[in-house]
Amino acid sequence: MDSLIAPPATPEGAVTKIEFRNIQKVYRVKKENGGGYDDFVVLKDFNLDVYAGEFLTLVGPSGCGKSTLLDLLAGLIPLSGGEIRIDGRIIDGPAMDRGFVMQAYALFPWLNVQANVEFGLTIKKVPKKERRAISGHFLELVGLTAFANRYPHELSGGMKQRVAIARALAFDPEVLLMDEPFAALDAQTRETLQDELLDLWEKTGKTVVFVTHSIDEAVYLADRIAVLASNPGRLIELVNIKLSRPRQGSRGSAEFGWIRHKIWRYLQNDEGGQEPIPELGVPNVAEVIDSRAAL
Amino acid sequence: MSTKTADAQVAIANPALTATKVNPGASLPIGKVLKPLGAFFRGFAIIFIIIGLWEAFPRFGWIDPFLLPRFSDVVTGFFTLLKTGEFFKHFNVSIARISSGFFGGLCLAIPIGIFMGWFKTFEEYVNPLVEACRNSSVLTLYPIFILLFGIGEQAKIAIIMWGTTWVVLLNTIAGVKNVDSVLIKSARSMGVGDLTLLWKVILPAATPSIITGIRLGAANSILILIAAEMIGSNSGLGFMIFYFEARYAIPEMYAGVIFLALMGVTVHEILCRVESYLTSWHEKSIYFGT
Ligand SMILES: Nc1ncnc2c1ncn2[C@@H]1O[C@H](COP(=O)(O)OP(=O)(O)OP(=O)(O)O)[C@@H](O)[C@H]1O
Ligand SMILES: [Mg+2]
Repeated sequence: MDSLIAPPATPEGAVTKIEFRNIQKVYRVKKENGGGYDDFVVLKDFNLDVYAGEFLTLVGPSGCGKSTLLDLLAGLIPLSGGEIRIDGRIIDGPAMDRGFVMQAYALFPWLNVQANVEFGLTIKKVPKKERRAISGHFLELVGLTAFANRYPHELSGGMKQRVAIARALAFDPEVLLMDEPFAALDAQTRETLQDELLDLWEKTGKTVVFVTHSIDEAVYLADRIAVLASNPGRLIELVNIKLSRPRQGSRGSAEFGWIRHKIWRYLQNDEGGQEPIPELGVPNVAEVIDSRAAL
Repeated sequence: MSTKTADAQVAIANPALTATKVNPGASLPIGKVLKPLGAFFRGFAIIFIIIGLWEAFPRFGWIDPFLLPRFSDVVTGFFTLLKTGEFFKHFNVSIARISSGFFGGLCLAIPIGIFMGWFKTFEEYVNPLVEACRNSSVLTLYPIFILLFGIGEQAKIAIIMWGTTWVVLLNTIAGVKNVDSVLIKSARSMGVGDLTLLWKVILPAATPSIITGIRLGAANSILILIAAEMIGSNSGLGFMIFYFEARYAIPEMYAGVIFLALMGVTVHEILCRVESYLTSWHEKSIYFGT
């Protein structure tokens, strides 16, 4: 049964894209009573390799430092220790090799959908004609061609996040960082967008680092799940998800439920599920294992 | 975009309509007549009624025609002023004063406001001072301005500038300071530098607030202009009104007053249009009109 999820052995032929090495993040916070400052350790000795082209999801209790980790990777905030490399190069600030999609609808409300998608291209000084072609392409990919001239306040939440994804993809980053992008959406829209995202990921071959609160979402999307614990934030488990793709309709399956339960147990006892997880009588386990080549 | 705003205004005006519909016994025949004319004409109806009363009262001797001349006499007076060129003499002087004062104020307040909004600690130091300046009654300061700048044009321009600057400054600071941090984060994540951030994110996001400041500043500057011209001056629209009153040229005096009211309304209208055009993306415009 345990072979549905596997220990983090480096899969054959996998190329490391992102390296987190001994990441430390400390915030200075004011002491509760009286003056002075305390060091608040958000992340401690965090190590992780993300492979090129993989879909990695980060789960963990609220406040364990998932967003912090993504902000560090985006280069938006400074590290307190350690280093992050992309393709071997140390990152020292934000750049367009990474695209960021946030939970809040971060579209520029004074720009229409097309101009929002083109924002990064404008920054890159891509000529207008080319910009139009690129934004047209990505709007088509997210199914919003007909809404190119609408303004963000005229869109639903799901449409806004589609635009945000198109905007992040438009300047062709190698890595897509997503911080709970679907958390504010209703369940149905969320599932639709998950499928659309997987579709885009398969089409574009981007490396995706995706933070979520939802175990269900993490399992559905991921090649691998990184499970974090808090105080200080650290990696407690790395889980390969060997469910076959495409995964539409797999949510109800026993395998899916078993993995979800397993991740849930990891999150329950921070130590990483030393308690044995009961077998759930899943048939044809071998078939499931083999149906997905590692990465 | 502006049509949408117009729709919203109609929608806001509508509850009154639906209210009479729900309660048919209360609806007056005049309401039925005016209904198809829409909110626009209903607003004007009251003005026409007032003009009618204005014409009638002096005509039928219900009020001393010397104190309140017939409206038609006021209109005639206005055309006489136009013909003799006396009106334009004063009008041009006033326009020159208000445009130097108002635009001077904008040129000062907007850049400084952006700077202060950007450097928040600086703003913390200066904020009490700005609030104090804004809330001090402008006209009580006029003697000081006259003392400093003399009775000529400079004092008038300076006080109009003063009246424009603070409200524009405060609204600019607020606009820049309150830009949604998520938008800044999102732009920063694309490697955007300070200048680009300012130009592509902060300024557009702050525009609604800045425009509101400009609209309030414009209203202020008209009020201050007239007051300043009434206090120590021998030209300008404010002076003209006083002058006619002193000369018992009452219809002309009323003509001046009405003209100034119309000018105020026009400037307000234009700036509201500009505001709703430039900020049509603002969600608020759906819910609140303007
Ligand atoms: N600027 C800051 N100053 C001080 N502490 C901070 C700051 N930003 C984040 N923290 C703290 O760091 C910890 C991790 O925050 P982070 O936002 O990364 O958590 P998270 O895992 O994303 O949580 P959630 O799942 O609720 O989004 C929290 O305890 C938070 O209080
Ligand atoms: Mg978070």
